[in-house]
Amino acid sequence: MRSLRGSRGHSKGESVGLPLHSPIEYKAPWEVERIGRASRIVAEALLALRDESQPGVKTLELDRFAEVFLRERGARPAFKGYRGYPFTLCTSVNEQVVHGLPAERLLQEGDIVSLDLGAIVDGYYGDAAITVPVGEISPEARRLLQVTQEALHRGIAQAVPGRRLTDISHAIQSHVESHGFSVVRVFVGHGIGRALHEEPQIPNFGPPDRGPVLRPGMVLAIEPMVNAGTPEVAILEDQWTAVSQDRSLSAHFEHTVAITEEGPEVLTRADSGEGW
Amino acid sequence: MPIRGKAGSRPMAKKDTGQIKKEEAIEVEGTVVEPLPNAMFRVELETGHKVLAHISGKMRMHFIRILPGDKVIVELSPYDLNRGRIIYRYK
Repeated sequence: MRSLRGSRGHSKGESVGLPLHSPIEYKAPWEVERIGRASRIVAEALLALRDESQPGVKTLELDRFAEVFLRERGARPAFKGYRGYPFTLCTSVNEQVVHGLPAERLLQEGDIVSLDLGAIVDGYYGDAAITVPVGEISPEARRLLQVTQEALHRGIAQAVPGRRLTDISHAIQSHVESHGFSVVRVFVGHGIGRALHEEPQIPNFGPPDRGPVLRPGMVLAIEPMVNAGTPEVAILEDQWTAVSQDRSLSAHFEHTVAITEEGPEVLTRADSGEGW
Repeated sequence: MPIRGKAGSRPMAKKDTGQIKKEEAIEVEGTVVEPLPNAMFRVELETGHKVLAHISGKMRMHFIRILPGDKVIVELSPYDLNRGRIIYRYK
């Protein structure tokens, strides 16, 4: 009966992605600790993958590297098998927005490639993404990467108890659009913890001060996806790869962030403190 | 890895979420013969088979009542052809 009441309540309620069944799960400190362990491994893997992303490397090799990296550290790939996704890593090159499938494709000087990775440790998930330059890239591409990364941090800065969910969304959108780029709308960030995708959904656009109030114990995967041209995307025949509709460059950065009394804590950081 | 947002401009959401095409279910017509406890029903299919069927969540949410004699569409589980889910009641 709970689901029945819930659904009727929500159907009239807020428009920010609250579902019929699963409410937001608040995590206990020991759970955040586990998410943190998974997240740290993800961060270290991505930093290593960043160095591996050189001209002449196949994206499939990056995927292998990522899987070995995770398994050696006692983590399992979170994406492999998720809704049938066949790989550990998503590699989205240039106009590919997200969910790019690793393949025989060789990275070339001047490419940008988004690396999106998730890991499971003791049943808890960590998820992060970076977009890295391959060799020397154009000034426009460099600006796109920088703005996307800044937008992620603007969003994270809003992840403070007492603020509301779309304060994050709004901060990201305003930063991106003030630089003449556009935010992808069909994909959104998400809660994370015992599953890869939990409530709430976190759009990267929209008016501020809507949606649930942020509270300590929420763990969010915040992930702006930014296109140089139109915000529209198309899905390729492989049913996964999302590309910008006008085939303009696209960048994607993501952190798993815990909300604490003191404010946001970025969990996807290497032990050394190195991050992005 | 991002998820598809429901706030996005895709018209998909509503119809698909209720019954996702996981495994192909088999849809057949039948007639309700007997109500059972727990909102279950005995349904006689066109083929003459009798199956145990419950009401789909969507129908439950909309308080669609089922009585003996009603013509319904039943979705059969591919795993157990003696069980199914009532997904439509003819007026």
